[in-house]
Amino acid sequence: MSNDTAASALPPPVYNYQVVRQFSIMTIVWGVVGMAVGVLLAAQLMWPEINDFWQPYSHFGRLRPLHTNAVIFAFGGCALFATSYFVVQRTCQAPLFGGFLIPFTFWGWQAVIVAAAITLPMGYTSSKEYAELEWPIDIAITLVWVAYAIVFFGTMVKRRTSHIYVANWFFGAFIITVAVLHVVNSAAVPVHLLKSYSAYAGTADAMIQWWYGHNAVGFFLTAGFLGIMYYFVPKQAERPVYSYQLSIVHFWALISVYVWAGGHHLHYSALPDWAQSLGMVMSLILLAPSWGGMINGMMTLSGAWHKLRTDPTLRFLVVSLSFYGMSTFEGPMMSIKTVNALSHNTDWTIGHVHAGALGWVAMISIGAIYHLLPVLTGQKTMWSVRLINAHFWLATIGTVLYIASMWVNGILQGLMWRAFNTDGTLTYSFVESVEASYPGYFVRFLGGAFFLTGMLLMAYNAYRTVNSEQAIEPEKAAQPQLA
Amino acid sequence: MDINTLRSISPILVLLAFIGVCWWAFAPKRRKRFEEAANLPFADEPPQSDAKKATATEQEQDKL
Repeated sequence: MSNDTAASALPPPVYNYQVVRQFSIMTIVWGVVGMAVGVLLAAQLMWPEINDFWQPYSHFGRLRPLHTNAVIFAFGGCALFATSYFVVQRTCQAPLFGGFLIPFTFWGWQAVIVAAAITLPMGYTSSKEYAELEWPIDIAITLVWVAYAIVFFGTMVKRRTSHIYVANWFFGAFIITVAVLHVVNSAAVPVHLLKSYSAYAGTADAMIQWWYGHNAVGFFLTAGFLGIMYYFVPKQAERPVYSYQLSIVHFWALISVYVWAGGHHLHYSALPDWAQSLGMVMSLILLAPSWGGMINGMMTLSGAWHKLRTDPTLRFLVVSLSFYGMSTFEGPMMSIKTVNALSHNTDWTIGHVHAGALGWVAMISIGAIYHLLPVLTGQKTMWSVRLINAHFWLATIGTVLYIASMWVNGILQGLMWRAFNTDGTLTYSFVESVEASYPGYFVRFLGGAFFLTGMLLMAYNAYRTVNSEQAIEPEKAAQPQLA
Repeated sequence: MDINTLRSISPILVLLAFIGVCWWAFAPKRRKRFEEAANLPFADEPPQSDAKKATATEQEQDKL
């Protein structure tokens, strides 16, 4: 423990918790907003009249990118900023580097989110999935991201510890790769302030889009959240990670394989056949590092499983790992071309995404925020642990309802679309498959509503937690912070 | 060298890199170093959370 003892001999550094706190609160706010839009969209698919309540802004086609951007980049993004700023300070034992750049990343990121929330319902879109924002907003994102990289890596450089903890490796890979993906995929020729055309054309455009799209999943929604996992699971379970060596192999294997898998989004398209097969094979290989990481997280609890009985925050973290394991098994399976022939363009894909998004990304973020808020407000626990427990069950049941209904719908749609009569004509018209999907749409709406209700409980619990700090310990709230 | 030669041997190079990473991570001589690294989340002195600090110290004592 040479470095540990040396570090603790020095006076403890004063961490910058201000920005962590801001991002934590906004994680909850944008989570509620983004998921509320999601529930609205689910309702629109069930009751199409809801599209018409404020046309054209309330149309599904305009609100759908608002939902995806809000949950991925606003909710997920704020969770990543909050946790990475917290983890890098605590494991490097150094306050954040960067001065004015630190608040700039917070206010800049919020400005980007607000700009997205305004322009997307107005219909301004580059029509690239998960990269819909028009070029001025793309430039703003780049500036915030560069500032983020300076703050994060600058803090790492200042560290007091000799080793860089594995969580920071994952956060670092996420920051660098997302910068590359965003800049390359968003390259465009502007026509005017709110209209641009992609710099790429045809199949190359599709290939770059899904290289971006899949690595947004791989690095934004996976590597970053694995960084959360490697800090918050050991911390909440109060024991070090199961195998640090495995985490090193996990890191290098995951980041070197993920970038090749995007081709599976373009099965049976104009993409060259070899590129489709490459995407499929790399997706299958990806199962190994994904499960290596999942097992590493799960096994951290060996000898501490009893804590799950009393600690709903830990339960959030562990169940998120089970959903991660499930969706990283499902993903490679769906990337197999013959399976994809059934699942492509059906609700199965949406179910798969939400197994990852609700089950993994949202649950691990929620668990991390429930760990963070008491630490940031100088309290032992959240205002109500029972509410965390209620949130846990709402989130779990909601996710299960969502993905089960989408499995049923997806397989149903896939089978109906490929059914032929003996004379070669289609057995079902498309609209018959839509009609058959209604029960699934309703169950999905219920699942989403469950999940959203849980988020509302979280918002209330967080509000009471932050408030009780000011009531009980005013001197701690006034503690000096580095800004 | 023909570009196709590089294409053919690239899987072997990747395999070697993977074996290299495994060897580097699991070599016994780095074992102690990684054990220390694994304890980094518990190594700092949080200014505000006393409960967590107590547990981390306990754990370090267990190790010693």
